[in-house]
Amino acid sequence: MLHFPVWKRVLIWGICALAILYAAPNFFYSRVESHNDAVAAIEKAGGTATPEQTAAVGLWPEWLPSNIVNLGLDLRGGAHLLAEVRVEDVYAARMDGLWPEVRDALRGLRDQVGSIRRQTAPAGELRVAISRPEGMQAALEAARKLAQPVVSFTGMGQNDIEISSQGDVLVIRLTDAEKTAMDSRTVQQSLEIIRRRVDEVGTREPTIQRQGEDRILIQVPGIGSAAELKSLIGTTAKLTFHPVLGRTADAQSSASGDLVLPAANEQGIFYVLDRSPVVTGEELVDAQPSFDQNNRPAVSFRFNPSGARAFGDYTAQNIGKPFAIVLDNEVISAPVIQAHIAGGSGIITGNFSVEESTELAVLLRAGALPAEMTFLEERTIGPELGQDSIDAGRTAAIVGMVAVVAFMIASYGWFGVLANVALAINMLAIIALLSVVGATLTLPGIAGIVLTIGVAVDANVLIYERIREELRQGKQPGRAIELGFEKALSAIVDANVTTFLVALIMFLVGAGPVRGFAVTLTIGIFTSVFTAVYVTRILIATWFAWRRPRTIVV
Amino acid sequence: MAFRLKLCPEKTNIDFFWAAPVTFGFSIFLMAASLVAWLALGLNFGIDFRGGTTIRTESTQTVDVAAYRAALEGQELGDISITEVFDPGFRADQHVAMVRIGAQDGAQSITPEQIAQVEEALKTVDPSITFPSVESVGPKVSGELIWSAIMAVAAACAGIAVYIWLRFEWQFALGSVAALIHDVLVTIGVFALFQIKFDLTTVAALLTVLGYSINDTVVVFDRLRENLVKYKTMPLRDVMNLSVNETLSRTIMTLMTTLIALVSLLVFGGDVIRGFVFAITFGVVIGTYSSIYMAKNIVLYLGVDRGGPKKDSKAGTQFANIDA
Repeated sequence: MLHFPVWKRVLIWGICALAILYAAPNFFYSRVESHNDAVAAIEKAGGTATPEQTAAVGLWPEWLPSNIVNLGLDLRGGAHLLAEVRVEDVYAARMDGLWPEVRDALRGLRDQVGSIRRQTAPAGELRVAISRPEGMQAALEAARKLAQPVVSFTGMGQNDIEISSQGDVLVIRLTDAEKTAMDSRTVQQSLEIIRRRVDEVGTREPTIQRQGEDRILIQVPGIGSAAELKSLIGTTAKLTFHPVLGRTADAQSSASGDLVLPAANEQGIFYVLDRSPVVTGEELVDAQPSFDQNNRPAVSFRFNPSGARAFGDYTAQNIGKPFAIVLDNEVISAPVIQAHIAGGSGIITGNFSVEESTELAVLLRAGALPAEMTFLEERTIGPELGQDSIDAGRTAAIVGMVAVVAFMIASYGWFGVLANVALAINMLAIIALLSVVGATLTLPGIAGIVLTIGVAVDANVLIYERIREELRQGKQPGRAIELGFEKALSAIVDANVTTFLVALIMFLVGAGPVRGFAVTLTIGIFTSVFTAVYVTRILIATWFAWRRPRTIVV
Repeated sequence: MAFRLKLCPEKTNIDFFWAAPVTFGFSIFLMAASLVAWLALGLNFGIDFRGGTTIRTESTQTVDVAAYRAALEGQELGDISITEVFDPGFRADQHVAMVRIGAQDGAQSITPEQIAQVEEALKTVDPSITFPSVESVGPKVSGELIWSAIMAVAAACAGIAVYIWLRFEWQFALGSVAALIHDVLVTIGVFALFQIKFDLTTVAALLTVLGYSINDTVVVFDRLRENLVKYKTMPLRDVMNLSVNETLSRTIMTLMTTLIALVSLLVFGGDVIRGFVFAITFGVVIGTYSSIYMAKNIVLYLGVDRGGPKKDSKAGTQFANIDA
């Protein structure tokens, strides 16, 4: 047992060397961080570097590993949001889109179904009343032709809508399979758009993940507050251009079917608009903050070719009439068309501040969210508090480490020193693994590491106590050491497997900081078993072969 | 002979069972008392489990809780609590308080307008005030978090029980799970009694305590299994005592090193994780107690199938019957 084959020695020392090598960058954290940032910036810029960036790259040698531990929001400061996408919003829009098709199909059957009228219905349902109930069969058949198969793996073979009748009312409803498929698409799309918006602002390493069915987790380090983040991603930014039919002070006055929306800048004024927009924000290719002729902040935009054509045709035919620019169900402005606007570019003016026009341009460039979001959870942590936590954690770790080291030496003498060497390697290995895996270190994670300092020596204690027992029974030193390692192994394995089970459950069920704790705990289990069983043994074996002591005191 | 710090004599021969009725009764009493405290006083749930908002304030001026309260009272935010936070790590002119606002209606977390309103109100009391952290959880999420926390603790207990059952015997599994439930219950009881904030990190602490406690129990069981083979005729009670005595010095050593690390965290780790570290520290002590006095009592009571000579002879006659 005390004789290690050469390959095993090389392997163990090699792993230790790797641990030291990969832990090293963390001791020069800010240096390596600016090096990494500069490398990323240069890569993004396509290889061109500013002198400062070149200097930053030179802070850390290229050939050394440059992975550093990711600091969690509670250590670095930043904002955290958990948003729920209101997927039902999309159902209503989908039904609005379906209505003209149904209308056209039923109009072709006018002599059988009579006149048709759309009734109000809950989201995800379209109700159409026909004046001749005896023509219902024909209406049902016509509507069924509009059904499409669902495009998703789970919904194979099902149609997207189901059609039924209730007396003289034709009811068209989205099927569950289609709803599931739509929900998934909506969340995916929202995720993409949020990512684009956050990237536009250019903070480092944001985390944007889907959670569960309809939730999105957004973590942005370095941003000032969750409120700021919320206004960036919480705005739907749906831009549409509508023909104006009239202005009114009474929201209820207009004919049904028309769209009545409030004016953003005039209290109590409503615009009556045609429901179908001329062009929408989806046809924008660019939006930039700018100023209008009176030097007020504005946003200039450009349409893609089809948008430009539709916009050009409409303006040519409606010179002298107003049209409305609508953002998130508010009329931002309703200018009168002065001339035919060809070329597809324009400007949006409103009562913007410079910040607002800049943000609106970002939102328009990134695109509109398909549905609104509800924020279920938000956390902001200031960078100073994070730094205080890091400092406190570091102090606790150093004090704990020194005390445990002293205690081990007092208890086990020379063998305690060897155990402490293993403990030091253990700590480096934890840091190295955290860096390489790309795990995020949180405040409970730091606590996990400090706790590991205390618990990691447990394996050594088990081994040493066993050696003592064997020595007491009069065994020779070499034999006692061998037996100590051998007999302690099953207890070490059982004890660590159970702890690992607990850590695994914590990782699977826990959220945020708890997960960070579970990760450090798990890594700590693996490294401490490795260092206690292999590193300590090879240290003792090497020492034993070198000194060949006749008696040992553990 | 070199100097060695010995917390525990080389060879102990303590009878851990002579006071079994007392210790066992004490454990049962603790569990019952914890349950009563839990049900009667309730837990001081943090916003993770109850929904609501906490705002950490920091100022160079001393915290005037009454003035803060007066400033916030008129805001119609519902239930508000303000506590000053003390920590040896703070600078002399660093005064910290936590403002907690109850959950708002609906599934939403607090609105940015409401936060701005609170911050504005506090600034009128103390212009130098800053807000290092703001956390808000909507009632919808908090309900789910409670559920997932209960699931986590239950799943951990079940996972451990299955593993112990596979590696040892079912009696051992039952004994360790009883010890685990004891540890969790008593820790929860202390949190209820002193109304310490109970949040997601406390659950992580409870799980860590489970891990530590089972670690301790397993080490003793491992030795017990070994000794059961070694001393086939010794009464179970004596084998158990022997195993606990043999592993006692290890139990104390590991408890010491763990406590050293934890106390260091408790003192220097800052106020943000103090509740978390306290839960682990308390649980580690109670876990050590329970693996000595709780888990083994149950195994002793249930008995262990030792496959003694009696059974062997029976097996022999069975084969004889087949032959015949």
